[in-house]
Formats: sequence, C-alpha cells, structure tokens
Amino acid sequence: MTSISPTFDATSAEALEAKAKAANTGYWRKVYFWRISLLVLFLGSWELAARTEVIDPFRYAMPSTIWARLVEWITEGTSEGPLWYHLWVTMEESLLGFFSGSIIGVIAGIALGRNKMAADIFALYIQLINSIPRVVLAPIFTVIFGLGLMSKVALSFVMVFFVVFANAFQGVREADKAMIANARILGASESQLTRSVIIPSALSWIFASLHVSFGFAIIGAIVGEFVGARYGIGLLISIAKGSFDAAGMFAAILIVMVVALIAEYLMTYIEGRFASWKPPVSQDVA
Amino acid sequence: MNNTSAIELRNVTRQFLSPDGKALTALRDFSMTVARGEFAAVVGPTGCGKSTTLNLVTGLFKPSAGEVRVMGEPVNGIDRRIGFVFQTDALFPWRNVIDNVVAGPIFRGMAKAHAYAEARDWLARVGLSKFEKLHPHQLSGGMRKRAALAQTFINKPEILLMDEPFSALDVQTRAVMHTELLKLWSENRASVVFVTHDLEEAIALADKVYVLTAGPATVKSVYDIKLPRPRNVADIRYDKNFIDISKQIWNDLKSEVQEAQARQTRAA
Repeated sequence: MTSISPTFDATSAEALEAKAKAANTGYWRKVYFWRISLLVLFLGSWELAARTEVIDPFRYAMPSTIWARLVEWITEGTSEGPLWYHLWVTMEESLLGFFSGSIIGVIAGIALGRNKMAADIFALYIQLINSIPRVVLAPIFTVIFGLGLMSKVALSFVMVFFVVFANAFQGVREADKAMIANARILGASESQLTRSVIIPSALSWIFASLHVSFGFAIIGAIVGEFVGARYGIGLLISIAKGSFDAAGMFAAILIVMVVALIAEYLMTYIEGRFASWKPPVSQDVA
Repeated sequence: MNNTSAIELRNVTRQFLSPDGKALTALRDFSMTVARGEFAAVVGPTGCGKSTTLNLVTGLFKPSAGEVRVMGEPVNGIDRRIGFVFQTDALFPWRNVIDNVVAGPIFRGMAKAHAYAEARDWLARVGLSKFEKLHPHQLSGGMRKRAALAQTFINKPEILLMDEPFSALDVQTRAVMHTELLKLWSENRASVVFVTHDLEEAIALADKVYVLTAGPATVKSVYDIKLPRPRNVADIRYDKNFIDISKQIWNDLKSEVQEAQARQTRAA
C-alpha cells in the first residue's frame, strides 16, 4: 500500500469562497448598471423625441409632464377629488375581489379535487363559463350591481376565482399517491388526510396562482371602473382619455404599476415563509 | 386464537384495468401464509406483481377472487395493526423529521406531548436525535429511510409490510439499513412481508423466501432460510450456507427473470 500525500494547495476553501463572493458582487454591479442605464436611455429618448416633436407630445406626453401631473395629483388632488381616495377605492375593490375569489377558489378547487363525481358533473359548466372573456361581463355586472363597489368586486372575483380554482384543483390531483397511502396507513381519517397531506401539497400550486391573480384582481377593478364608476383609478384614466390628457393616463398607469409591484413583493415574501421547507438552489462556483 | 397466522392469502387473483380499459392480471391463484413473528420475503422479476400482494394486505386493493385474512379475519379497510414502508420517499416534505414521526400517533388521537416524547425515543433508536428539526430534503437517502422506519415503527405495527424499501440506496447504506431493520424488528417481532427483487437481501433478512413467477405472478416455490439469528447481515453473504441457498434459489428465479426480460423485449 502506498499512501498518497496531499500535494494540492491550489485553492483553499476560503480563497474559493472569497473569489466567488467578489465575482458575485461584480456581476450584480454590472446588472444594476445596465438596468439603470436602460431606464435612463428610454426615458431620455422619450423626453427628447417629444420635446423635438419627433413624436407628438400631445398624444404621447413626456416623462417630465407625467411626473408633473403625478406631483400635482399627490399635492393638490385630481379634478375628481383627492388621489388617495381614488387609489383606496380601487384597492378596496381589488382586495375584496382577490380575497373572496381566492378563498372560494381554493375551497371549490379542493372540494372538487377530492370528489371525482362532483368534478365530472361541474367540469362542463366550469369550462363553459371559463371560456367567456371575463371583461365582457363588466357591463352585465354594472347593470346588475350598479355603479358602486359591488360591480367591480364581482368582476375582480371572476377574474381571480377561475385561476385559483384551476390551480387548487390541479394541486390536489397532483398530490403524491405514495404520500397519501402512507398517511392513510399511518391512521389519517379523510379530513386529516385533506388537512395534513392534500392541502400542504397543493399549496405551491395555489401560491403560483395567487401571484398572477392579484394582478387580475386589479384588472377587474379598473375595467369595471372604465365601464361605469364614481371613483377609482379606472375612472381617472377614463376622464383623462375623455379630455385627451395623455400625461394623466400615463400617471394613472404608473400608480397601478407601483401598487401591483408592491403586491407582488408582498406575495413572494409570504410564500417564502410558507415554503421554508423547500430545498434552496445551490450555486455553481465556476 | 394465537395460532392463526398473521397473514393469509388463499388462492387470490387480482385483476385491474389498465388506463386504456384493458383487464390485466397481476396475481393469479396466489397463496401465502405468514406466521406471527415470521419474516417473509417475496422475490420475483421486476413488474411481476410483487407489490400487489402488499396492497391486498393493507386493504387498499381488493382481491378479484380468493380471500385475504389478517390475524384470522377477512380484510376490511385499513387495519390499524399494519405498518408500511414505501419504496419511494413517502415522508411529508413540508414537515420536519420529528413532525413526520409523530404523524401516526397524532392521526390516531394520541395527546401531543405523549406523541412527541415517543417520537424522540424512536428518533434516538434510529440515530436521528440530532436531526429532528431538519426537513427531509436536508437529509441523505439513508437518513430519510431511518426517519421513515421511525415513522412506521412508532405505531408499533404487528404486521410490517415493506415494498422494496431500500432499493434506492447505495450498496453500503443498504447493508447498514439491513442491520438496523433487523435490530428494530427483533425488539417486538412483527410479522413481516418484505418485497424485493434483490435475492441476497431477501435471504439475508428473511425466515422464508417466496419466489414468484413472471407476471401474472403466482408462487413458484417457497424456501425456508435456516440461517441462525441474530444475523450479521454485513458478513452473512460470505457464509457457505448463504451461498448454497442463494445458488439454489437463483436457479429457480433465473428462468422467471429471463421470461420477464424476453416479454419486455417483445413488447418494445
């Protein structure tokens, strides 16, 4: 037997880690640099093109007028009253639609996912209703529920419900067969099985749908406001359109964008707390 | 009453429908008896219907013909005296190790404090005490199997069914797990049916080895393994008696494996 002496000293673990860390920082510095550069380039050429009248500033507005409109709305309020009130109304509609749609969607998805016969009975009708482009329901809801809160919540609800329902249903169906058999043999009753195996395993599907569906809830509320409303961001866009106020339209879009982004981050955070058991992705050190 | 066998399958036939609606036969006229405290192994070519025997005992499958009895009584639903170790990972990935182990007792209505105390005891026995707060994905394959064993043994099963439980492990880990399993088993001597396609594993562990034919499976022959217990699984494969028996059984099994292979090639 010959022993092999450890001759290598090429890279120690510390050196490798330090190198990877430095490379990582450098990488992200570049990413941020390009992100900011692209934004500046885009806004700058928009502003320039509008000021030199390469594009029509009346129809395309420009970043500076959009910003001015935003500041005016925030400090002095809109022609229809304070901006915060409109934002609050739209948020209230979206949140109500989002929560009612996702809660009922999850319950219906799990219930039908656990009951094959009921699923087969309802499948046809769900497919039929699901094939309706949701926004065409807006006028109907306005007629049924009036110009107030309810018609927008209803539209938000149908936008959210089907997405969440379909994912919860699929998640239940995809639950691992061996895991279910294991729980049964360990002694789980049907309701224990649902609570401790079916729902947790469907949770990642459900969260995936909640991510997109908050965006859908906002779409529902705003489209509802286009069709007929007294308050809301949708109404502001509609009024801006009526008075050919391009800057106002873009300012409203910007507000919706910020709100949707905040919601998205919040959702990712909550999901991260629920899915702490998932394996992290390890890095490739090259 | 105590002289009834723990498990009895009498002339059982099990047919099932394939996804495209064709009737297939997994087991044909299958009979086996496992006495109380006996360790039986079932070997047969891949895909012959070995696992079906276990599912009949749990009551998850019903026999198309024949009779299945557990502790002298016909099977009616899932028997609480049964424990099952799966081939695949059946731990709940969103629960940490100890929460996985307490699952059985808590499903069965044991008080939480009591269940956790028992779970700690079982984790100590399988050597996972330090890892009780980790989630399954943080454990090695062998550790996951230990957790699965603790999860099953905590219910104190009188009948233990194992479906190729160690087939996904590497050879060295598997040998360690064999020793571990025999140690746990010898403490309260459940009646075991251990399904495997690994003949050496079957002989090293069992009192009785059932050789199955290529599907639809029926019993081809039964061998009593008279190797003394306690067995040292790591060394036993070099024992002369072990080698003799495994040659003898392999002669029997070989033709079935060849038959199963030939059918697969024909089908492809």
